[in-house]
Amino acid sequence: MTAPIAGGGDLPGDDDNRGTNPAAPSGGHLFSLRAKVFDADDLRRAHTRIAHEIVERNHGAADVVLIGLYTRGVAVAHRLAEAIERFEGVAVPVGAIDVAFYRDDIGLRRIQPLGPTEVPVDVAGRVVVLVDDVLFTGRTARAALEAITELGRPRAVQLAVLVDRGHRELPIRADYVGKNLPTKVAEDVRVRLQGVDDGDDGIEIWGPES
Amino acid sequence: MNDLLSIDDLGAAGIGDLLDLSDSFVEVTQRDIPKIPALRGKTVVTLFYEDSTRTRLSFETAAKRLTADTMSFTAASSAVGKGESLLDTVRTIEAMGVDAMVVRHRCAGAPHRIASWIDAAVVNAGDGRHEHPTQALLDLLTLRRRLGSDSFRGLRVGIVGDVRHSRVARSGVKAFAAVGADVTVVGPPTLLPESLEGWPARAATDLDDVLPELDVVYLLRIQRERLGSALLPSLREYTSRYGLTAARAARLKPDTVVMHPGPMNRGVEIAAEVADGPASIITEQVANGVAVRMAVLWSLLGSGGPVA
Repeated sequence: MTAPIAGGGDLPGDDDNRGTNPAAPSGGHLFSLRAKVFDADDLRRAHTRIAHEIVERNHGAADVVLIGLYTRGVAVAHRLAEAIERFEGVAVPVGAIDVAFYRDDIGLRRIQPLGPTEVPVDVAGRVVVLVDDVLFTGRTARAALEAITELGRPRAVQLAVLVDRGHRELPIRADYVGKNLPTKVAEDVRVRLQGVDDGDDGIEIWGPES
Repeated sequence: MNDLLSIDDLGAAGIGDLLDLSDSFVEVTQRDIPKIPALRGKTVVTLFYEDSTRTRLSFETAAKRLTADTMSFTAASSAVGKGESLLDTVRTIEAMGVDAMVVRHRCAGAPHRIASWIDAAVVNAGDGRHEHPTQALLDLLTLRRRLGSDSFRGLRVGIVGDVRHSRVARSGVKAFAAVGADVTVVGPPTLLPESLEGWPARAATDLDDVLPELDVVYLLRIQRERLGSALLPSLREYTSRYGLTAARAARLKPDTVVMHPGPMNRGVEIAAEVADGPASIITEQVANGVAVRMAVLWSLLGSGGPVA
């Protein structure tokens, strides 16, 4: 009944369930910083571009609802909504979902629900844009698709991520990508967002010390 | 946490984590399709040696909303009448492949004994006069959601009625005290514990004395089987001294909350208009019971580790 407890984001698909301390040792290895990929300005530009792409692709934002995946996806969704409101003058509804109960690795490892699912509008007939910080194996996105289905039947579901780091294990791709980032499986991509994490906004690659 | 047998298993932090988790499940129970696949392939059996339709249904509903399979065993319709021992019954059920056993038994400690026999998780759904931990958890959840605050510190809680024979009171006192509330048990001396040793609470025998100070009035069900004995001579006398009548309710502070674990004896421990009035959160208690039991089952079977 008990699974080994992971110390950090060392398991594929674990990117939404890791601790908030970026310096924490992961899975018994010490992780160290390999590269800073984005700084705060880069991240701001990526948000702005993705927001524009969402509006362009959907011919406006009238039917769009942004649904963030806990924890950082929710913060990203709010930033995208603010950007869309700034240049388009439309207040896009923002929701939050927790995919913990829909994961396919329940019982295989420790899973902690992150917060209550809150979607302020009926998704039926709308365009749902799922928002997360990192796309990795695709298993979190798959769980999110299942979770969304239980809330209603959207006209379309799209996926927006700040980083696509590759290593997909399922036939899933993102519609909007901030940065394609080739990584090794053992590495860890850490997105830092003000309001969720300490320090400045940024994206970093961390890896186990050899 | 392998089992949930007593509020003592949790501590203040464990209680807080389970309540946070329960908030997620409250949202699930309010959906159009209140079902999630979290415990697909798990089997939960309810093993009830004492009648309690509402608690059994609440656990079964919780398991079903998590997509677990459920089985139910009641002593009345079982081989117990043919002389099968508790050990044999439990081993037989476990051999069918169950992941959790929800146990109600008239003997205090029966769930603890069962937990020592089997690998499946055991949840105490009420054992004798001892404990009923999920009731205490759902009470805290309901109160927390009404108050809109995570803090119970300094909250004045009065638990009124047959405290001596009540497992609801025992778990409730422990849970309220663990989260920092200030608990007073109120009732006639014959229905209060002989000694308060081990109870983190004060005792009072005059309800009218303490009533105006209380933030929460928690009424216990008067068990009619005690009626007529030396412990409880008459219902009318009980109601006149300890019932929450409309006249007494009028003396409560404006934001005081009224709770009851059910089933209610309207007109005995609580007046109908108080039970249905704005101060009452009795209906919410029932609804939240399912969410709390979902949280407990998820913690034991799905989370892959202890809560927190």
